[in-house]
Amino acid sequence: MNALIISAIMGVVMMFSGILLKQKSAIRGLAFAGLFIAIVLNVMEIYGFHLFRINIAGMMQFDRFALFFNTIAMACTFIFFLLSAKEMEKVGLNYADYFALIFFILCGIILASSFTSLLILFLGIEIISIPLYILTGSDKRNLKSNEASLKYFLLGAFSTGLMLMGITLIYGDSGSFSIDIISESISRPDTKPTILLIAGLLLLMFSMAFKVSAAPFHFWTPDVYDGAPTVFTSFMATIVKAAVFISFIRLFYHAFGSIHDSWKLIIAIITALTLFIGNVTAVFQQSVKRMLAYSSIAQAGFMLMAILALNSIASEGILLYTTAYCLSTIGLFAILVKMKDYTFEGFNGFAKHQPLLAAVAVVFLLSLAGIPLTAGFLAKFYMINAVITQGGFLWLVILAVLMAAISVYYYFRVIQAMYFKEGEAQAIEVSSAFKWIIAAVAALVILLGVYPQLLFSWFYF
Amino acid sequence: MIALLLILIPLVSGIITFFLKKENSAKGWALLSSFATVAVSLLGLTILNKPDLLQFKCDWLPGLGSSFSIRLDGMGQLLCLLTAISFPLIFIATWNRNYKNAHNFFALMLLSQAGLMGVFLAMDALLFYFFWELALIPVYFLCSIWGGERRIAATFKFFIYTFVGSLLMLVGLIYIQSLTPDRSFDIDSFYKIVLNNKQQNWIFWLMFIAFAIKIPVFPFHSWQPDTYEQSPTAVTMVLSGIMVKMGLFAIIRWLLPVLPSASFAFGEKMIAMWAIVGMIYASLLAWRQDDMKRLLAYSSIAHLGLMVVAIFSESEIGMQGVMLQMFNHGINIIGLWIIVEILEKKFGTRKFSELGGLAQKAPAMAIFFVVIALANIGLPLTNAFVGEFMMFTGIFTSPFSEYEMITVPAAGITIILGAIYTLRMVQKVIYGDTNALTETGTDIGYNEKLVLGIIVILIIAIGIYPQGFLDLTKDTTNLILNEANVLKK
Repeated sequence: MNALIISAIMGVVMMFSGILLKQKSAIRGLAFAGLFIAIVLNVMEIYGFHLFRINIAGMMQFDRFALFFNTIAMACTFIFFLLSAKEMEKVGLNYADYFALIFFILCGIILASSFTSLLILFLGIEIISIPLYILTGSDKRNLKSNEASLKYFLLGAFSTGLMLMGITLIYGDSGSFSIDIISESISRPDTKPTILLIAGLLLLMFSMAFKVSAAPFHFWTPDVYDGAPTVFTSFMATIVKAAVFISFIRLFYHAFGSIHDSWKLIIAIITALTLFIGNVTAVFQQSVKRMLAYSSIAQAGFMLMAILALNSIASEGILLYTTAYCLSTIGLFAILVKMKDYTFEGFNGFAKHQPLLAAVAVVFLLSLAGIPLTAGFLAKFYMINAVITQGGFLWLVILAVLMAAISVYYYFRVIQAMYFKEGEAQAIEVSSAFKWIIAAVAALVILLGVYPQLLFSWFYF
Repeated sequence: MIALLLILIPLVSGIITFFLKKENSAKGWALLSSFATVAVSLLGLTILNKPDLLQFKCDWLPGLGSSFSIRLDGMGQLLCLLTAISFPLIFIATWNRNYKNAHNFFALMLLSQAGLMGVFLAMDALLFYFFWELALIPVYFLCSIWGGERRIAATFKFFIYTFVGSLLMLVGLIYIQSLTPDRSFDIDSFYKIVLNNKQQNWIFWLMFIAFAIKIPVFPFHSWQPDTYEQSPTAVTMVLSGIMVKMGLFAIIRWLLPVLPSASFAFGEKMIAMWAIVGMIYASLLAWRQDDMKRLLAYSSIAHLGLMVVAIFSESEIGMQGVMLQMFNHGINIIGLWIIVEILEKKFGTRKFSELGGLAQKAPAMAIFFVVIALANIGLPLTNAFVGEFMMFTGIFTSPFSEYEMITVPAAGITIILGAIYTLRMVQKVIYGDTNALTETGTDIGYNEKLVLGIIVILIIAIGIYPQGFLDLTKDTTNLILNEANVLKK
């Protein structure tokens, strides 16, 4: 609750700061401070400190899982700010507005991760999506950015429609928006799921699958991620996607967990498709940015395994997975933004010119590929473990690891270009502060890979 | 403590080496660290050989049922000793070679040593997997940065191959863990669990493919000759001397005792046959090679194939032979690679059609070369003779094998083929007349004499008195065979 209100206020404040503050560094400082306060207050809420006491009529529940994820999401946003806030200046003139929009997205993220009513879920997803449409098109004079924005908007609106339809059907079946009541009404032993409920559930599943860019609803992703300004792609592909996943698992765990058996095959098929299409298509990309877009689809496939498994390992795992994925991808994008040439050849000989940045990029790539000693490995390990514990989907697990092996191919192409090929990869001058921060992020990725209790001991403290 | 030090010394000194910018200090530091590892390993074998010193356990991932548990048993002692001895030998033998960015080279070498030690020490399946990958990553970089012309494609193939295998193994390990009553990755839980045949068959293939790729067993071998050829020789020594033993070791420790009935069902018939086919095929290919590196690569496939057959014979003497031979093969093949390295450095070629007459120009090297080559063939009085003799006896007297009348003669042919291709190489390289290239040849330096001398001494010493090693591994062998048999009934 604390963080929700603070970030809503900060969103408004940032809008006005564009008029009141002349210096860009002042705007940036204000955003840093606001986000920092939001994080601190959110952490304090975990320990039982409530700044506001508002009657939310049971529509949201700030349980540990939600608060914990909010902290992760905001901390990742903070890292994103530290690494890339300067780059946003280059996107366009409305510097303060970008921060305002990101704060609004954070509001949406908090709503989507803490809902107990389907209305709040809908609100959260919409509050996330609408600022994203704007951010995607924020490079106003670039045709690709405009195209991406329009495409995203049209398809996004369509999937939102599906979601609303689904919510309506479920309301029709159970007579409530509350996920607890829905769960109660469908888990009564004598009743069979009605057509209304099944149709509603499928519509919800498909619209959520669209939002997390799971196949076969992924077609918007590469174009949108590629067209959007790279800084914002980094935000969209990581924190936003993670938040939608959290709401996805929350919805299906709390509302439809009791009829898990009847829908898990569909999720398994979606997972398999996502893994296959994401990984195989990424192999053929020539631009690192587009490769990362497909890689985000591939990674979504692994995260979907949590929804398939739906047990305690899975819910721990999804937290670790989102953290690992966000940190690595944000780090990689922060380096990518500094490059002049986004193709694989653009990285040739990068290690010679920027040894530290190249080494750090290797850590991120290894983490995404799921090599031990990095957080990405343990994350994948959790997912595999969760599905095997759930039982019955060994074929999916084997497919998943084969796809992970394919992913090595495209992630290691970047490593090969940086280290083993001769070339003059140009990076725009980077400050030493940037180097320190990104090295710290890489250290965190390794630390989480060796000692994940760092994250979890805090979760269960 | 000993066990922990064996991992920590190379790990920590490897990380330090990254920051030693001077070439000589990096070299010296790496050598020093590798000596320290040898010392610790020898201490663990002799005066500090006490159970509580040889193991270490602490919590690591309690939520997942995994702990940081390492222990030195007999087989571990043997292979850790091999790992410990190999690195200083490699460093001394390649002392005069200059690498670009030497500090990174030596740092990665030490890191791979840490990974290898971990594999041989791990008593927890997840930890084992961790180290298994950890040993691979530095080698990938070593080959890709310092290798030959086609290095990038060759090492990438190698990496993808082994990575696919190890991921499948991971699935297998998690699957077993999910069936253990206490949901633990601990080796004791793994040994206790009884799986039905269907489960065993699934998991067996998931895990065996990883090991088969590493060894490599025909038909999973196609990465190997290319990688050996393209890697810098120091790395090839690590790969063929030690890393391939990871596969054999893993079959013995993690496959036979955990999945006894599947190992029995597939090992005896199918896999032994593959290995035999691979041995003959590799021997024939070795015969036709002109490049010494490729010849040794194929010869390695043939030798390791025999070890695989012997493992699946599941007889005590055969298993003991495998243990001994793992050590022997490591020493011998490193000796041969050192010779190759010397020749390549001196004459710039590995093709023995271009060499000749070196017995006159480099008599010391010639003597060493002949002794090591004879050990590679398995002549009596050399170490390999003991190992191969025991393995053959094991296969022949195996209580389970029904095919010894096919396997033993077929494997025997490869011994003859081995003699043919090895002696052909020796003959072409050191006998005959000198040519324009070898006319200017000189004998080897002191560092090379020292290393080859140590190897020859080891070859003959083990050839005459292998009992010390056999005593060392006896307990492990009995334990493994016991686990593999009890459940079979």
